[in-house]
Amino acid sequence: MRMSKIVRTGANLLYPFILIFGLYVIMHGHLTPGGGFQGGAVVATAAALVIVAYSYDEVTGMLKKTAMKARESIGLLLFIGAGIAALAVGAPFFYNFLANSGLLFGMSVPAGPNPGDLNTAGVIPIMNIAVGIEVWGGLAVILLYMLSGIRKEES
Amino acid sequence: MFWNLPLIAVVVLTIIALAIIVFKKNLIKVFLGIVILESAVNLFLISLGYREGGIAPIYTNAPSTAMVLPTPQALTLTSIVIGVATSALLLSFAIIIWKKYGTIDIDRIRRLKE
Amino acid sequence: MIPSFIVENSPALMVIVPLVAAFITPFIGRISSGIRSLWVGGAMAVTSAITLILAFDVYSAGTRLYVFGARAASAAIPPDSGGIPIRIIFEVDPMSALMLVITAVSGFAIVLYSLSSERSHTGLESYYTLYLLMITGILGMVSTGDIFNFFVFLEILSLASAGLIAYRIDGGVAVEAALKYFVLSTIGALAILVAIGIYYGEYNALNMAMIAARMQFSLLDQVALVLIIAALAMKCGAVPMHFWTPDAYSMAPSSITALLVVASQASLYGLFRTVFSLYNVTLNAVTVGWLIIILGVLSMVVGVTMAIPQKNVKRLMAYHAVSQTGYMLLGVGVGLAVLGNQSLLDAFGYMAMEGGIFHIINHAMYKGLLFLTAGAIFLRIGTYNLNRMGGLGHSMKWTMVFFVIGALAIAGIPPFNGFASKLMIYESVFVFNPLLAVIAMVVSILTLASFVKVFHSIFMGPKLPEFADVKEAPMPMLLGMGILALVVVLFGLFPGIVVESLITPAAHALVDQGAYISAVLGGA
Repeated sequence: MRMSKIVRTGANLLYPFILIFGLYVIMHGHLTPGGGFQGGAVVATAAALVIVAYSYDEVTGMLKKTAMKARESIGLLLFIGAGIAALAVGAPFFYNFLANSGLLFGMSVPAGPNPGDLNTAGVIPIMNIAVGIEVWGGLAVILLYMLSGIRKEES
Repeated sequence: MFWNLPLIAVVVLTIIALAIIVFKKNLIKVFLGIVILESAVNLFLISLGYREGGIAPIYTNAPSTAMVLPTPQALTLTSIVIGVATSALLLSFAIIIWKKYGTIDIDRIRRLKE
Repeated sequence: MIPSFIVENSPALMVIVPLVAAFITPFIGRISSGIRSLWVGGAMAVTSAITLILAFDVYSAGTRLYVFGARAASAAIPPDSGGIPIRIIFEVDPMSALMLVITAVSGFAIVLYSLSSERSHTGLESYYTLYLLMITGILGMVSTGDIFNFFVFLEILSLASAGLIAYRIDGGVAVEAALKYFVLSTIGALAILVAIGIYYGEYNALNMAMIAARMQFSLLDQVALVLIIAALAMKCGAVPMHFWTPDAYSMAPSSITALLVVASQASLYGLFRTVFSLYNVTLNAVTVGWLIIILGVLSMVVGVTMAIPQKNVKRLMAYHAVSQTGYMLLGVGVGLAVLGNQSLLDAFGYMAMEGGIFHIINHAMYKGLLFLTAGAIFLRIGTYNLNRMGGLGHSMKWTMVFFVIGALAIAGIPPFNGFASKLMIYESVFVFNPLLAVIAMVVSILTLASFVKVFHSIFMGPKLPEFADVKEAPMPMLLGMGILALVVVLFGLFPGIVVESLITPAAHALVDQGAYISAVLGGA
């Protein structure tokens, strides 16, 4: 089933903005309310919008189940990888080894009220990005599977 | 006693949810009861973290270091994430049951007993 | 010999390895199914090895702390936190180590078994992913020292188990069983979450040792205790809340049923951990002890009486699992009922608890073995119905031997391990209350009667014409069953050594709340 042209055009227009807002929530997770899961859920609503607006065959052309599954696994592996990397520096799992180290993500946080810098929280942004990718893939896969479950009823 | 309002809401939601889970015959409605129960528990957790005059635990926005402990928020978020997975799994079970049995009335989903 | 890196980080590694392996499995499966089998078997072997290394270390060197995210693994209390352990902590004491041993041995045996029992099915990458997630959940549940973390691992376990129970859709019937299990366990998990919220609101802590140190046993704590006991007793299949057990156990693939037994015991562990480590002497030991004893006796009696008329061999075994859970509750409940009274505890309390805890490990081994034999029979003849079986002893000799070992162990016949633990329960419970011991013995006799019937209808009699070309189960399955059977026999032959080295430290670790607290909070 596909919606009217107005809905499809509206979905096309909104799609990039939803993605960008979701990515913003993911990237700023350590500075503002939000984070990987919330941002990932926002990004996944873009997939939901496409699923609602277009017919099944068009959706499967746009969103690939395998790509979404890969995203889910890669996100999780990146997350655990960030945790395991702490073992390499001789600290326990999940130790924030990047914080205050002066590298790309390792700047220390300036004191007092300030707009906040993206690169100040050590491994936390990396983990947020990983979780964002994973939730994006995971929720989209759930939606796609449910769609393919329902499709058989219609035809 | 104004500060008790969230807890009263928790109790009301819990009773509604349990009533739905026990009395409704439609599988989807039972799942909605579970989701409402989850919301009640989440509301309970989040209301534990409320402190009057507390400041959101966002380091760069807070005027001083006196901030609310973010643990209840973290718990609620984790519980929401688990809730998403739970509802997804429950709904996919409902899809399969609908396909195989042709009904989602819990009185008629009784093939195990035969 | 073993690198110190692995020993030091073993509590984290034993959860990381199955978790990472679980999510790489779908990629590996795309290359070829043979490599995937190798990968899953290897991952599980590594997990089991790490787990056993950790357990050995705990038994020889005492309780291990592992603080996630801290600079050092033992720094439970950050210097600027005001004395509250804020981080997620794994606290592995001998009781946890015992559960780790159970999971490592069963998990490895069952994965060997699955490699050939599930070979002909589709969707195997999800099967193995969920299998490894179940292992992750169990290992996390039994080793965590943070009560919210316990809830998270419990949910990982429930989600993965529900997916696996429904794995063979089987005309929707398996999904129905999974649905029943999952609705109940979700509601149970939410009850636990409310209890966690109560603890947090009252004591401002989520760390179990910290909550235990501040425990007041106020009215709210009693509410929380009731919620946790109800939820976890439901998850381990104790009798008023047992009705999901036969459905879920009989509908899941046999390999998963064997792992579900271990999972139910992880819930049992959670129950004991809550009662002993969180509350200990602050609670009214006699009331709660008798509550658990009554749950246990009900489970024993109802389980075995429901088991006798069953026609489906897996349903029958599932009801026996309920019945055997009753023994563990009985043994540990007697220990709890005399908690706080040192002379009674020394006289028979410790022994009852050791019997109950010994029964946990024994039950996981022989019940897992029995479910695996049921799966092997199903693989060859395609039915669980006892009335349609017969004469299989001629063609499936090894399966028969393993079944006999499991059946005699569950009935408590020497020289198998079930006898050793049941004898400890009988002796100590008899001193506490003779009637309970008599009930336990009667239940044991009924169990024997039931399994004699099952044995007779499956294996005895002339060779049936429809099963003329039935072959022995394939080698990896026999190997998996063999590992469990070997443990059953060894534990039965040398119960003294096992009790002394594994069980007694576990029982003392449960009772000794002070040690549990001071391991985290320092010498309090």
